[in-house]
Amino acid sequence: MAAENGTPGAGRRLAVLGAGVMGSGIAALAVGHGIAVSLIDPDRRRLAEAPARIDHQVRMARLMGALPEEAVPGALDTGPSPADLPAAGGLAPTAVIEAVTEDADAKAKALADVSALVAPGTPIISNTSSIPIDELALATARPVDLIGTHFMNPPYLIRTVEVIRGTHTGEATLDALRALLAALRREPIVVEDAPGFVTSRILHPMINDAVRVVAAGTASAESVDRLMRGCLGHPTGPLRTADLIGLDNLVDSLWVLHSRTGDEGCRPCDLLLELVRAGHLGRKSGRGFYEYEGEQA
Amino acid sequence: MTTSSDQPVPESSAVQTEMLGFLAKRTGTTWATDADVFGSGGLSSLFAMELVVHLEKSYGIAIRGADLRMENFRTVRRMAALVERLRQPAPGGSGA
Repeated sequence: MAAENGTPGAGRRLAVLGAGVMGSGIAALAVGHGIAVSLIDPDRRRLAEAPARIDHQVRMARLMGALPEEAVPGALDTGPSPADLPAAGGLAPTAVIEAVTEDADAKAKALADVSALVAPGTPIISNTSSIPIDELALATARPVDLIGTHFMNPPYLIRTVEVIRGTHTGEATLDALRALLAALRREPIVVEDAPGFVTSRILHPMINDAVRVVAAGTASAESVDRLMRGCLGHPTGPLRTADLIGLDNLVDSLWVLHSRTGDEGCRPCDLLLELVRAGHLGRKSGRGFYEYEGEQA
Repeated sequence: MTTSSDQPVPESSAVQTEMLGFLAKRTGTTWATDADVFGSGGLSSLFAMELVVHLEKSYGIAIRGADLRMENFRTVRRMAALVERLRQPAPGGSGA
């Protein structure tokens, strides 16, 4: 039975496009708050693995006291194509969150496809760490319905969400996103559109510099992180944060920043590119700047 | 502080021994049954889920709902008590 009174997300249904780290993390946050989720990904293997990963995250969130006591988990259904959306669960989605890979073309295609399928007025939320929303708006049928979010990983643990209002984003779309984030017990900080917005524009070049420091032999990754934590109050240290973001995602984001700002500090450094080429992508692959034996993303 | 005199602590020494071995292997240090594994200088809370999965696989139990809270995994004694409780078909302490 669907979640009822007392569960914050009762009556909502969210479509999440992309079953990668962020898509499944956002799905877990929603399910844990009693919101039904349709998770869409054309990669059938990833889609098949997603329910177990999401269940693991919901349990982890429960264990850490990050979910409301009274929440009955929302239903999760999965499918390979957004074309199945209007029929799945017999209820049209109240909002769509696009969380496909951090590539402007891939995001534009996913947004174009889904905006042709959902009813006008349905908020379409692009979750991106750096791609300007106005650029993505060019691909959608209704830029007024498009808005950006930048959830941090893992979404169930980090309460603050960067929200990006594009030039064409409607007031109703912003209001609907605020209501959704309230149901998810997240705190939105609304900012204007720009490459990397606020958090990535500041954090990603800083991480890039931290990697350069390690590559130059000035200090180990552990020492860099311990200094940034102990002296500057950074909660995890830049290199452990990089592992959590995913080094491939970080490189993608740095290229987005570099190409749109011309800032050479945003050009991904060689060590970062080498690690990605070697398949050491951070926590999700079991190794990045640190090793994660036995841990699941 | 954690002598648990108000709660019957089961004779779950086999589970305790196994869990002490598991923790020693995973952390490279030895632990006492009443030591707070997440206390100062201890494990990251992210490790808690690994403990949950290990207990489920090793003892054929399912830890769900209200049992999923950090307090149940804070010491080896508490983990063993949880295993003991979930292994029994019904509460009532019939394992004397």
